[in-house]
Amino acid sequence: MGAPAMTQTTPAHLEYVLRLGDAALIHGQRLSEWCGHAPVLEEDLALANMALDFVGQARMLLSHAGVLEGKGRDEDTLAFLRHEGQYRNPTLCEMPNTDFAHTMIKGFLLGSFNLLMWSRLCGSSDEALAAIAAKSLKEARYHVEHTGDWVIRLGDGTEESHRRAQAALDMLWPYTNELFAANPTDDAAAAAGVGPAWSDLAEDWEKAVLAVLKHATLTVPARTPFQSYGKFGRHSEHLGHLLAVMQHLPRSFPGATW
Amino acid sequence: MYTQALDIPPGEQPKRTPDAVENAAYQAEFDARIDAGATIEAKDWMPEAYRKTLVRQISQHAHSEIVGMLPEGNWISRAPSLKRKAILLAKVQDEGGHGLYLYAAAETLGVSRDDLTEALLSGKAKYSSIFNYPTLNWADVGVIGWLVDGAAIMNQIPLCKCSYGPYARAMVRVCKEESFHQRQGYDALLAMMGGTDEQRELVQDAVNRWWWPSLMMFGPHDADSPNSGQSMRWGIKRISNDDLRQKFVDATVKQAEVLGVTLPDPELKWNEARGHYDFAAIDWDEFWNVVNGHGQCNVDRLAARVKAWEDGAWVREAAVAHADKQAAREKAAA
Repeated sequence: MGAPAMTQTTPAHLEYVLRLGDAALIHGQRLSEWCGHAPVLEEDLALANMALDFVGQARMLLSHAGVLEGKGRDEDTLAFLRHEGQYRNPTLCEMPNTDFAHTMIKGFLLGSFNLLMWSRLCGSSDEALAAIAAKSLKEARYHVEHTGDWVIRLGDGTEESHRRAQAALDMLWPYTNELFAANPTDDAAAAAGVGPAWSDLAEDWEKAVLAVLKHATLTVPARTPFQSYGKFGRHSEHLGHLLAVMQHLPRSFPGATW
Repeated sequence: MYTQALDIPPGEQPKRTPDAVENAAYQAEFDARIDAGATIEAKDWMPEAYRKTLVRQISQHAHSEIVGMLPEGNWISRAPSLKRKAILLAKVQDEGGHGLYLYAAAETLGVSRDDLTEALLSGKAKYSSIFNYPTLNWADVGVIGWLVDGAAIMNQIPLCKCSYGPYARAMVRVCKEESFHQRQGYDALLAMMGGTDEQRELVQDAVNRWWWPSLMMFGPHDADSPNSGQSMRWGIKRISNDDLRQKFVDATVKQAEVLGVTLPDPELKWNEARGHYDFAAIDWDEFWNVVNGHGQCNVDRLAARVKAWEDGAWVREAAVAHADKQAAREKAAA
């Protein structure tokens, strides 16, 4: 994927792509923590599969971000050698796995968002981003199907699974406010045809998500004034720990190639 | 990832069951097929001892794949580049996949995956003791690919021709993926050896720790391997432990030279008369200690599997409850 033909990358364009890349990176990292520890073997394979999809998306998006930035930073420099406040993923991505219900609810909320996002980005004015979107869209369809099925199973399953799924939804739902918070980066990216303002996806997202939650007999929490700010670089306490683990080797062996 | 020569203790000697005696004609046909090198399929009559031996070997192999996800999984979150993270994730996922279809192969012999899992978690069933060693630096991931998967391939290639069809066919796929893993492991080590002095030290440290356990993967010497003879007669085992081990050593010495690492055996040298490399005596006390539960990670590995299973109980129950409710709803609507 070469540099797209363009006059000059705007900061908003780069920021927009970094948000997508970091979201994939951090969500993939969290999913990969399950590998070898899932409730059933088939789910070990599925979780690893999804983690692989997100790591793959992160590689493409961060490589592209490096090209857009034009400072010679590659996917690994961006993935491993930034400070916490320089990551642009929504806070929801970095929330701990806690239990299988949290992972599935989170995966479903994010996956439903990604599905709409990739679908719109297939028409991006940034051709490289459009190509990444076309590939990622197929993956997102599977992610939504898989996690959505589990949301329904857990919500409709036993008393315990319902309780856990509801607790996960109550915990994570407020973090979805952040996804749709309006901001100048989105406005600029939308104006340039790079991609939709994330707030434009809110209505379709809510419609799709509520249908599954209803099927799962889960109660949708009321919206609160809670706001998180991960995509603006102000994260939860969880990201620092995740990065401490993820960045350990590249930071311990400066200049090494792997 | 792999099974070691799993004809290890306690030697349960195959017995002729009353069933087999009564079915002398079937037995004769079975023997003739084995002698002719034909495969035995799930629907075919087979002696009970043959079936039991296969259940034990295939399930131990499956358990080894599942437990084998843990030592390398230990490094997924810390993989030093996104490319290596993706490769490692895919590899560990492959191991889970191997476990899945090996359990399926075992199920063709009339056992259930749940029962086999229970045997693993209760400590009754064995798995390859190589996974009771810790992965202490990133190079361990590469060395496991190179040496441990390499030894596994030596063990497993003959299994592609073993007499039990479902196992043999599963092994064809397993071996293809293992070969890929071995190349990936070696590639990761080449990258490190081409890097900094510190990286080269990591590789040498990992080789020092994994070399002898890798040689132990082939199991006890032929003379101390009581069930090998019967397994060979049945066509489950095709090449002896010692022959496979020698083949592995002969192939690996040159790979180590290319890599630029020293194998930790001062007695390792080419023997012109034998046409093979000689190597030092294996510390069988260490081997049996680890097999018998006293390795560094035996407790941790099993505890991790038990925790995953217990923590996941409510998830599995939910899936069943939902399926039952769905079925009831569909029935009511019909």
